[in-house]
Amino acid sequence: MRAWPIVKSFLPFVIGAPIFWALGVITPEAFRLILITVFVNIVLAVSLNVVNGFTGQFSLGHAGFMAVGAYTAAKITIALDGVQLAFLPPAVSDQVFFAFALACAMVTAALAGLLVGMPSLRLRGDYLAIVTLGFGEIIRSIIENSKPLGQATGLSGLPQRVNMVWVGLCAMATIVMARRLATSTQGRALFAIREDEVAAEAMGVDTTGYKVRAFVISAAYAGLAGALVSNAIQLCTPRMFTFVRSIEVVVLVVLGGLGSITGSVVAAVVLTIGLEALREFQSFRMVSYAILLIALMLTRPQGLFGTHELWDLPFIKRFSRTAVRAKEAP
Amino acid sequence: MSAVNPLEVKNVTMQFGGLKALVDFNLVMAPGELVGLIGPNGAGKTTAFNAITGVYAPSAGDVVLAGERVNGQKPHQICKKGVARTFQNIRLFKQLTALDNVRIACHANCTAGFLDALYQTAHHEREEERILARADEYLKVMGLAHRRNETARNLPYGEQRRLEIARALATGPKVLCLDEPAAGMNSAEKVELMQLIRSIRDQFGISILVIEHDMKLVMGVSERLIVLDHGVTIARGKPEEVRRDPKVIEAYLGDAYLEEKHMAVPAGGEAT
Amino acid sequence: MTEFLQHLVNGLSVGAIYALVALGYTMVYGVLKLINFAHGDVYMVGAFAGYYLATLIMGGSYDPDATTATIFVQALVVTVGAMIICGALGYTIERFAYRPLRHRARLTSLITAIGVSFLLEFGFQLKPWFKTPIEFPPGSSFRVFPSLIPRSQWEWAENTLGVSVSNLDMYGLLMAVVLMIMLQYIVYRTKFGTAMRAVSFDWQTASLMGIPVNRVISWTFVLGSALAAAAGIIQAVSRPKIDPLFGLMPGLKAFVAAVLGGIGNVPGAMVGGLVLGLAEEYVAGYTDSSYRDAIAFSVLILVLLVRPSGLFGRVTVEKV
Repeated sequence: MRAWPIVKSFLPFVIGAPIFWALGVITPEAFRLILITVFVNIVLAVSLNVVNGFTGQFSLGHAGFMAVGAYTAAKITIALDGVQLAFLPPAVSDQVFFAFALACAMVTAALAGLLVGMPSLRLRGDYLAIVTLGFGEIIRSIIENSKPLGQATGLSGLPQRVNMVWVGLCAMATIVMARRLATSTQGRALFAIREDEVAAEAMGVDTTGYKVRAFVISAAYAGLAGALVSNAIQLCTPRMFTFVRSIEVVVLVVLGGLGSITGSVVAAVVLTIGLEALREFQSFRMVSYAILLIALMLTRPQGLFGTHELWDLPFIKRFSRTAVRAKEAP
Repeated sequence: MSAVNPLEVKNVTMQFGGLKALVDFNLVMAPGELVGLIGPNGAGKTTAFNAITGVYAPSAGDVVLAGERVNGQKPHQICKKGVARTFQNIRLFKQLTALDNVRIACHANCTAGFLDALYQTAHHEREEERILARADEYLKVMGLAHRRNETARNLPYGEQRRLEIARALATGPKVLCLDEPAAGMNSAEKVELMQLIRSIRDQFGISILVIEHDMKLVMGVSERLIVLDHGVTIARGKPEEVRRDPKVIEAYLGDAYLEEKHMAVPAGGEAT
Repeated sequence: MTEFLQHLVNGLSVGAIYALVALGYTMVYGVLKLINFAHGDVYMVGAFAGYYLATLIMGGSYDPDATTATIFVQALVVTVGAMIICGALGYTIERFAYRPLRHRARLTSLITAIGVSFLLEFGFQLKPWFKTPIEFPPGSSFRVFPSLIPRSQWEWAENTLGVSVSNLDMYGLLMAVVLMIMLQYIVYRTKFGTAMRAVSFDWQTASLMGIPVNRVISWTFVLGSALAAAAGIIQAVSRPKIDPLFGLMPGLKAFVAAVLGGIGNVPGAMVGGLVLGLAEEYVAGYTDSSYRDAIAFSVLILVLLVRPSGLFGRVTVEKV
């Protein structure tokens, strides 16, 4: 049937859901938040990689989109707390509303991404960094001055809806999205833009349009991450989404390797867990970040994985569909 | 093939601040024509290319593609309308494979979109297969099939130039603009390139505009020539006429040479 | 009318500081095409350097029994000392963090610059390692910059125009103007300045012409950092609360000023700084001042959308 490919594209999630549920059950309470943070950081790093790594742009405003998504989801879950769909058991109804809140978070964040991206992406790389930083700060400024959004104290008392299945599936969704993008024509166009924008434009790629699209997708997933993280700690304040947060995500992407999804995932896992382990040295955390960044750029600017992926390894390629297709060609 | 000329350039002038890089440039290309654009360095040849392909908007004059005026349109729009080019300094996607370089050029005609890619629809799969087949074919035409999975920057220089041509061809153009395609090649490669250019024209029926410095190549390949010097067109016509034109000789070799030779026809020689 | 004049004075004071810091951004961008993210933090270090120097030299604030001349000399020593320290800091940053990456992709240098910025900001927030003779690093809480010069209001302005102007503001503005004039002279009338401008146009050709590019770039950093230090001191003298993050906002705003004037253009940075300072003062004064910081970013976005090359910048066309 014609819809089969689309159904098949949902298969990873169907398989993943019970695995994450099991993970949620066996994880001791002490590590629960850390694991959730790991998954959220995967979403953040991989989504930023689409803009910074695939397309070679330099966005420093990821936290701003997180904030947009977080506040959207927060307002919705608070508003719908206690409301129930009559035909469903309360727990399921809550989850349905949460899914709705997450979807809205992605939409508003995507809109924010469109608003920010459209004017900015015509600019050269260094300027884009500053402009995205500026927009992130403007978003935060607006939130801090907005009464309905709780101003500086933010929104609290968010109903607990997040669980391991949600964050796990979202992390998976982000990875799947990035991978499918990377192996498609559209993804290749993004790589072309990164390699040589002038040549890409000459070969028929609408560079500005594609940069904006990459930006919007990335912003949407950042909004998703923001919604997840604020719901996990049941709190949503502007201070959670400063540009320091943006820089932290940039570190993850750069450490893993700009353009490598595997790298972003590994870096997210390693750094999140590593920093947790070093919790006593909290004051050194940012200084360590800084030294790490500088040392990394001086010694290995391509990061851990460069642009390589796990699935590019020969023995994995042999089982991959795309490889099969490529080998079938004359 | 329609009788409308795929490319018409009418009195295009390119001005940068006070500098006129190109003055009143005129060019009409009929379908399947091979035209050479020559002139000393800095004559404005690449500027002409840039004006045609939309990198710069003409300061004056019109660029008309198949009857449609395209002034000020962006390069990717002009590419979709049927003009492809290569670059003077090779601009391949260096970190990508040869196959990917060509596949990206197929983008111009791809009908599947972002959502198709994300949901892996059947449409997407079909397009991917079509693009793959098309890219492989162009690689084969340019003799690069064996380099398919090689990273572009690892290719030998001559093959990189051929890859750039393959990539430009993959956009499915009606007009192909080659900017010094033979630069850095040895004479054997140049002969091959000459034959390749002709066979491309014969096989795909596209008009080809070539900028070249190697006189043997450009005289051998072009049906007619345009000569630029300091942005101004100083001669046009068949290769044999142009090479004897004293203005052309002067532009390349200087008037001292002309005086030495009493402004006569250069004896069988080529101005290089 | 008095309100208008008050904003004018305040705007010029603030603008002068932005201008001094913007000059550092613009000069470095001119020669290296790099946005030195760490520059705002050099401004912060300048203020702290002044703080520490004052503590060491004078034991803190000025001695009320000393003569006016002594007070001024001491203030000058503190300022110049801070400028020298920051000049050295600028040199070190360029030499060890940026120079090795000069031939790599610009993104790499940009990320390194962010790293250096963070290192300064958060390094200074660490709890003190030494206690004597100075507490360093200063830690994250505010320090009060010592009073270097006795503060007094300018009575004429107060009485005739109703405008509150302190002598510190006037000295600060004066010093800023003097420094800007000196820089203008250096950039346009000396051999070094010509070399700097040559490097900013085309460093490869400049190097072929015999210009010691590395040395020029190092001195550019030194100059820019010294100016930032002066700005830090001027600011700290009139508004004495300093902390390791107090260079963040001014740094970003000074960058906006540099872009407004046309990044890479020295007079542009001065004009941009003053314009931004005035704009900020007037908009914040007549509307809701809680959006003060957002004004600078809005200016940035406006400039980049309407005229990315800035007021005085040249529009570069990429050769294809």
